Amino acid sequence: MSETGIGARVTRKEDFRFVTGRGTYTDDINRPNQLWMWLLRSPHAHARLKKIDTTAAAKMPGVHAIFTHDDLARDNVGGLPCGWLIHSKDGSPMVEPPHPVLAAGVVRHVGDPIAAVIAETRAQAREAAEAIEVDYEVLPAVVDTREAIKDGAPQIWPEAKNNTCFDWHLGDKDAVDKAFAKAAHVTKLDLVNNRLVPNAMEPRAAIGEYDVATGEHTLWTTSQNPHVIRLLMGAFVLHIPEHKLRVVAPDVGGGFGSKIYHYAEEALVTWAAAKVKRPVKWTADRSESFMSDAQGRDHHTHAELALDKDGKFLGLRVSTLANLGAYLSTFSTSIPTYLYGTLLAGTYTTPAIYVETRAVFTNTVPVDAYRGAGRPEASYLLERIVDLAADELGIDPAELRRRNFIPKDAYPYQTPVALQYDSGDYFTTLDMALKAADYANFEARRKEAASRGKYRGIGMATYIEACGIAPSAVAGALGARAGLYEMAEVRVHPTGSVTLFTGCHSHGQGHETTFAQLVADRLGIPIDQVEVVHGDTGKIPFGMGTYGSRSLPVGGSAIVKALDKVVAKGKKIAAHLLEAAEADIEFKDGKFQVAGTDRAKTFGEIALTAYVPHKYPIEELEPGLDETAFYDPKNFTYPAGAHVVEVEIDPDTGVVELKGVWAADDFGRIINPMIVEGQVHGGLAQGIGQALLEHCVYDDSGQLLTGSFNDYAMPRADDLPSFHLGTNATLCTHNPLGVKGCGEAGAIGSPGAVMNAIVDALSPLGVKHIDMPASPRRIWETIQAHRPRMAAE
Amino acid sequence: MYAFEYQKPKSLADAAARAANEDAKILAGGMTLIPTLKQRLARPSELIDLGGIAELKGIRKEGNDVVIGAMTRHADVAASDLVRSTIPALADLAGMIGDPAVRHRGTIGGSIANADPAADYPAAVVGLGATVITNQRQIPGDDFFTGLFETALEPGEIITAVRFPPAQKAAYMKFRNPASRYAIVGVFVAQTAGGVRVAVTGAGPSVFRQKEMEAALSKSFSPDVIKDVKQSPDGLNSDIHASAEYRAHLVGVMARRAVEKCG
Repeated sequence: MSETGIGARVTRKEDFRFVTGRGTYTDDINRPNQLWMWLLRSPHAHARLKKIDTTAAAKMPGVHAIFTHDDLARDNVGGLPCGWLIHSKDGSPMVEPPHPVLAAGVVRHVGDPIAAVIAETRAQAREAAEAIEVDYEVLPAVVDTREAIKDGAPQIWPEAKNNTCFDWHLGDKDAVDKAFAKAAHVTKLDLVNNRLVPNAMEPRAAIGEYDVATGEHTLWTTSQNPHVIRLLMGAFVLHIPEHKLRVVAPDVGGGFGSKIYHYAEEALVTWAAAKVKRPVKWTADRSESFMSDAQGRDHHTHAELALDKDGKFLGLRVSTLANLGAYLSTFSTSIPTYLYGTLLAGTYTTPAIYVETRAVFTNTVPVDAYRGAGRPEASYLLERIVDLAADELGIDPAELRRRNFIPKDAYPYQTPVALQYDSGDYFTTLDMALKAADYANFEARRKEAASRGKYRGIGMATYIEACGIAPSAVAGALGARAGLYEMAEVRVHPTGSVTLFTGCHSHGQGHETTFAQLVADRLGIPIDQVEVVHGDTGKIPFGMGTYGSRSLPVGGSAIVKALDKVVAKGKKIAAHLLEAAEADIEFKDGKFQVAGTDRAKTFGEIALTAYVPHKYPIEELEPGLDETAFYDPKNFTYPAGAHVVEVEIDPDTGVVELKGVWAADDFGRIINPMIVEGQVHGGLAQGIGQALLEHCVYDDSGQLLTGSFNDYAMPRADDLPSFHLGTNATLCTHNPLGVKGCGEAGAIGSPGAVMNAIVDALSPLGVKHIDMPASPRRIWETIQAHRPRMAAE
Repeated sequence: MYAFEYQKPKSLADAAARAANEDAKILAGGMTLIPTLKQRLARPSELIDLGGIAELKGIRKEGNDVVIGAMTRHADVAASDLVRSTIPALADLAGMIGDPAVRHRGTIGGSIANADPAADYPAAVVGLGATVITNQRQIPGDDFFTGLFETALEPGEIITAVRFPPAQKAAYMKFRNPASRYAIVGVFVAQTAGGVRVAVTGAGPSVFRQKEMEAALSKSFSPDVIKDVKQSPDGLNSDIHASAEYRAHLVGVMARRAVEKCG
């Protein structure tokens, strides 16, 4: 392994600009003659807009224009599209209500945009927005899915009876019923997967610009996938053809899913810039982020697990209410269905699984993918019910898992919920994590803590995720309205340096380093001879962006394909220069060599020849060395692993202290272990945040009670211990690098491990389940609720 | 933020004259006022920045007492040798406020004038029986905090300093809100020349003294004697982070831990 090749801990090339404040984020960009946009947003969760009077606001200083839905309708501006069509059990398509860019007569959540004010300064736009007079007829609101599906609940969309978008299912119901009929034991569990606010460090921002001379539109935006935004906004909303629309996503400060979607503000600045013939900029303040960035999770689930007398899983039955919010965000409908139900086999051989998901509209911010997206919900549910079953049957939770793991020699393994796992070894990662955590000697630590009046517990969770979502044909058959391949262009310059254009987008993942390592390793050139370019539809031919841990499995595979083409052409050139047969040319360590001889040409010499083709097979070969490849995966990849968490609870205060966090993951081949560890650290922080701290709460009238960091508890460094990480690789069998992806794993495995540890700690009190977040208040109240019963016993 | 006039007077008299305007707001560290302005929840015509008045800054000893100028930053109190040697619990409390950025901007005068129910300093002012000194008079700590965000200050009255008498023993324990890190409950316990004081912040609309605990601790200053003192939840704050019952319980826990910390 070279110092910069595959497997090396190369420090991140991008960090110099980030840590010295030299990044270029959307809000750092200011265009000449630029105006600002401020949005008037609804203060009500549900209201009819009886009248919008902009007369006084339009006369305010600096105001250029005020737009409402009527202005957009006059220009035939479309609604924001949903990218995944789900069908209900009865075969009917989901209810797909309109998603207007500005509210059309009714507002449906706090923060729903009503009017866009364009003014010289942001402050002037905001002042004028406050001067707009809106006559609201406040309507009853509903925020909880369990209430929303009841007869007589407030109706958010007339076409969605009982606020139901779809009632979907997957799996063999009859087989599951039969499995339950012969079960020796059935474990039942109701649980909540708490709603989260993504809270990327950089708030969303967008700048629209229109060039009157050329008719070209440019949008700078905080996006994880600029080509997807160009396609959605151009084709469905603003009707601008791709060749006249450039979308740039420069440095982006975190996404976690929330910057995948096409948002109203992107369309508004692009459209408004053309209307007022000046650039228009919008930057969210943090309060707007809380009420306009798509949120995550929010499931209510009932699950039942059937087991035989030896603890073998026979069947799993799951029924979930999934909150969609008020509108369908871009990929919202795929999350509680194909990214959730298909994961319910987890790491286990459960032969029969049936899942039904009822997706429900409420007067809340739209819900969509958030780090892990469906897979954390599936993993948390499975790992809680497995722990509960272990408790009920008196079997050690590690042992119960081992009895049900998919055997090491069973791959490829077909689950009963559509997926086929290509490789894995769940025994080894669980053993690694348990050994590192000294699981065997835990009871002594529990006793020692008890002597100090503390409850100590240990918990584990295994997980599997499906990453690199694909193949396109399968996704399409399941309702995806887009392909899910990736593109790479390797442009070799005449002097042998390389610019890599990738359709993936880096917003914290370190692609500029990992991808450069891959190129440098394969071409045998120094890593500083490689530049990675991403995030600009004007530079990159196409791309589907970054989400679902897809960048290396899908984007990296496209890079490998393009590199293979470069090498293949290089061999042809070398054969000509060396007067040898092409079949005799070997490419190794940056040299094209005639096999068995010392005759060779360096990569740089070949590159120069390609661009200065004096001695060149010009009849058979075009000059230049610039190759593009698209890669459509053959299957998902299946990263998996085990997390173990040890906690100590102070019964006086309800505070949970993390005594240790151990993760053993299988990500397949690893290009840069340091970057992988960073991804796991961040994922763990978010998963632990969900388990202990984070909770997005609306009151019954639909007001957001956790609308700032004063009330929404984000995990901070001092909430977390140092993490103990390990990896065990089984290679992906169907992509050229054998990679699986690592971006979401930390957030998928950790919530279950934390909650299992907490329930274990409180098990002496008879506690069987606690919902997330395990806040001090909730823990203290749980202890109070169980103490009297203990006394009575 | 709405537009306002910004003034930075050089003298206390000038500041007081301007503060008489009821549409004006006094700016100390700005740790509450600036976010309030940014959220457009206040619309003062004028901000009077006390940062230019030299006499409001600094920490000095007067007799046995520690006198802290109103514009002294929390970080300076936390790091002060004088405070640490005379009333270490006060330095501890200052070091627990907010985060490093807040401690380097926020001031003692600003904190107590704002009278946030979850602020830390009110617990020390009441817990140590301090005296609030203004440009007009001296107000006993016990009389200063009158309600939710309300104090005994009259319009135009400006805090110049706070005088803290030393304590034989004192300690502050705080249970932090997991989101904001403000006190859900903070208890300051002190054995002073005037008797035992137990001041509770965060739990109610305003800082209050827990008289039953004070009585018990006066007889015997040990955590065990307050084990059975029940704080009533009636009138305590309740929100998504803590119910009144949970807060009432935490008052007991934090008080016992503060007594233990006193050693």
